Order: sequence, then C-alpha cells, then structure tokens
Amino acid sequence: MTGAADVLVRLERVTCAYGRQPVLTGVDLVVHPGQFTGVVGPSGSGKTTLLRVLLGSVVPVAGRVHRRRGLRLGYVPQVDTVDWSFPVTVRECVLMARTRGRRLPWASQAEQAEVAALLDRLGLHGLADRHIRELSGGQQQRVFLARAMLGRPDLLLLDEPTSGVDARTRHEVLHLLDDLHGDGLAIVLTTHDLNGMAAHLPHLVCLNGEVVAEGAPRQVLTSDVLERTYGAPMEVLEHAGMPVVLDHPSEARIIPLRRPGA
Amino acid sequence: MDELLRPFEFEFFRNGLAVATLAGALCGLIGVFVVLRGMSYIGHGLSHALFGGYAASTLLGVNVALGAGLWGVASALMINGVARRRMVRADAAIGVITTASFALGLALFALFGRRGRNFEAALFGSVLGVSRADVLAVAAVTGAVALVVFLGYRQLLFTTFDPDVAEASGVPTARVEAVLMVALAASILATMQILGVTLIAATIVIPASVARMLTHAFHRMLFLSTGIGAATGFVGMNLSYHLDVQSGPTIVLVGAGLFAVVFTVTGLRDSRRRWAAAPGA
Repeated sequence: MTGAADVLVRLERVTCAYGRQPVLTGVDLVVHPGQFTGVVGPSGSGKTTLLRVLLGSVVPVAGRVHRRRGLRLGYVPQVDTVDWSFPVTVRECVLMARTRGRRLPWASQAEQAEVAALLDRLGLHGLADRHIRELSGGQQQRVFLARAMLGRPDLLLLDEPTSGVDARTRHEVLHLLDDLHGDGLAIVLTTHDLNGMAAHLPHLVCLNGEVVAEGAPRQVLTSDVLERTYGAPMEVLEHAGMPVVLDHPSEARIIPLRRPGA
Repeated sequence: MDELLRPFEFEFFRNGLAVATLAGALCGLIGVFVVLRGMSYIGHGLSHALFGGYAASTLLGVNVALGAGLWGVASALMINGVARRRMVRADAAIGVITTASFALGLALFALFGRRGRNFEAALFGSVLGVSRADVLAVAAVTGAVALVVFLGYRQLLFTTFDPDVAEASGVPTARVEAVLMVALAASILATMQILGVTLIAATIVIPASVARMLTHAFHRMLFLSTGIGAATGFVGMNLSYHLDVQSGPTIVLVGAGLFAVVFTVTGLRDSRRRWAAAPGA
C-alpha cells in the first residue's frame, strides 16, 4: 500500500468530456515523487487532456483527482501553441511565471540571479535579451522549460516536448530531462515519438481514451498493446536491447521503394 | 514661432492639449494589451457601445460619466462573458453587443433628442468646452490605469501571452481579464469627448502597433506605446488648431502617418537584413 505522502497526484476513475464527446474514460493513474512517465497514444487519444487534468486546468466530469498538499507544478506547452510574434524576450518569458510574492514589474536581484543560473544550466547563457523567435527549436523548448523550472516544481508536465524538432534537439531535450529527473524531479510528458523518445523512458502509459497498458517500455511496447492503443497493426523488433516499433508493417512489405532510373 | 505658440494663450487650447496628450498616453498604454490579445476590434466596439450609454444618460439627465461608465462596464463584462464561453468568438460577441448599443444610442437621439454640439463631439471628438475638471478626470483615469498595469504587470503579461498556463499556474485570469476590460472601458469613457467614439479605436491600436514594429521586448513596448500615444495627441492637437480640423481626425491622421513611416522604414530594414543574410549576397 502506497502512503499518501508518497503520491504527488492520484487519478481515480477520471472521465473527461468536451461537450458530449468523452475524451478520457475511467482513467486511473498515480504519479510518485521522482517518477518519469511518458504518455503515448494516437492523436485525439486524450494525452493533452490527461496532462491538463494533472495540471488542474481541466476538471473531470466524473472521478477524483488527489494532489499532494502544496504540490508545485511546472507546465511546458507544445511549441506549436506558442504565439511566436508576441514581443517577449527570453528573460521576460522565464520571469513571467513568477507572479507570486513580488508585485513590482522588474526582477529583484535574487530573481535575476536565479534566472541567470537557470539559463546557464539549460544552455541558454547569453540569450536572455533575445526575442524568443530568434532561437533554435531546442533553445525555444528550453526557454519554456526554464519558465516551468523557475517555480521549483515537484512535478514537471511537458506536452509533446520533441514535436517538430530534429534528432539532435530531441537528444538534447531527452538528456536534459534525464538530468532533471536525476535531481529527483518527477516528470510526465506526452509524445508521439515511440522510438526516439518513449522507448528511452523508464515508464510508459499507453492511452486511447482509457489506459490500455502501463509499465516499462519492454512490457508495453508490444505488438498487441500498440495495436489496441493505435488501432493499427504494429511490429516491434529489438535492437541493442531496446524495442523498435515499425508502424504499418504490412504496407512496408507490400509497397516497394522506387529506385532512381527504375 | 509666435504663430506656433499663439494657441497656448487660450485656456481651452491648453486644457485640450493636456487632455489630448494624456488621452494619447492612456490609449497607448491600454492599447498594448488590446493589440497583443488580438482584440483590436474591441476598442472600436466598446466606444460605440458607450455611445448608447451616453445617449441614454444625456436624454435622462443623468451624469454622463456615471451613466455611460456603467453602460460601458456592463458592455465590457458582457463581451468578456460571452467570449469566455467560446461558443461565440470574441469578435462576434463584440459585433453584436456594441453595434446594438450604438444603434440604440442613435435611435434614442432620433426619437427624443436634439443633435447638438455634444452629439457631434461624442461622435467625432472636440476640444471645445474641455474644462480643468476634464483634464483632472483624464489624469485620474490615466494614473489609475497606470497603477493597475504597474501592480498587475506580471499577471497581465502572463495572462496575455499564455492564458491557459497562467491559469494553471494560479493566476486568476478571469479576474485579470475583467480588470483589463474595466480599465479599457474607463479609458474610452475618459477620452470619448475629445477623440470621438468613431475614431477612438485608432488611438488605441495605432501607438501599440507602431511600438510593436520598433521592439521585441514587452516592457519596452509598453513605454514606447505610451510615449507614441502622448506625442501623437500633442502633435495632433497642435495641428488641429492650425489646420482648423477637428481634434479626433487630426490625432488619428498623425498616428496613421507615423504608422506608415515606421512600417516603411522597418520593412526596408528587414528586407535589407534578409538580403544581406541570403546565400551568395
């Protein structure tokens, strides 16, 4: 039996709907301190809604959500949802999350030092006065990570942190999150990227309106679970001790690649 | 030089100039939030809505500031409430509520009123009859709105940039948005007489749009927009006297001219940068 102090958030039979359309049905999920979980599933499976239930910005129509008293949450949105034309520098973007305590518009010396240390740690040194659009994809992702980290969260929630980024940036983000997790931070993220992201995480939740399966990647990244999650056949191979997912395996066999000049 | 300074001999002009400069600064300040929230149409709509309250107050003999003010706040909160339900987009909510209010004002005047100087001033702006008390009233509203922005800076910025995450982070976004709408209604009410309800939207939108083209930092945009609004009001008011054109149109045309200049200069600068950065340049 897990004690209440060992749980950051517990969802019990949570059901969410937009209008009459159910998005999540009877979801049970427990997030412990230091846990690192990836939520995978097809588009429209309720991944972002689940994240927002954990965050508290979506209220379930049924079920219960228990949060540890005084729980601090950090949220990193999908970069696609950010208004990149908004006039805000990196420093302003990070500091805007500090809305409690100090009311004055400008940062105190302590806040400035804290932001500088955070930007240093996340590899954003010297970029504080740049506009957020002037950064690379990985740097942009890290700015929003810094904004979430400024609140010293117990639980960090990230919505598709590697969406639309190249392989190198994906590696950077993954290693950065691994470092933060190593410091004891609990992390829950959503991802579409089964091979580049999900397979590297210690714990996965397969979601399709309801929790299809959860556990270590080797337990849940199986043909059976993935077919139930995505509603399409998927083949899972093993490479260097890690699962590698091939989607649309039957089509890959049927449609030959064209060769130049053929 | 004497000709330029001549209007300063008249008290009505000094009062009008002070009001125009303060009104420009006030509209420039509040305009930053209106422009960045994509609600430029709201300034246009809310000013028209206030005209309904203005007409009703005038015809009923109620204090215009109080009557139109309450009307404006009610309209602003109604727009905010309708838009937050997300079944109707904010621009549609503004269109329905404010145009109906403006139409009501016109109908009330047609049925029961006379189209005197006040009617014209409310529509197109005028500095005639601006008293010391009017200057103090606009100064008070400008000070109050500046204080709201100063003390609520972080919450306003967070709510404007990222409302969902702000709410999830504990910012009372509904309250912040309501305060912003009330501040906007108060700004329009305070400046309606000099700028005119049909032109006030431009004085809200133009300074912020010009400032946006000049900076990528939010705090600088606030300062720039406020300064540009004040300067536009000051220059426009002086030109209004010398050209013998109403204050509202002149102030708007000065702002529009500045917008055109900055748009052209920054456009050329950006083209030159892109050209310099292009491969083989």
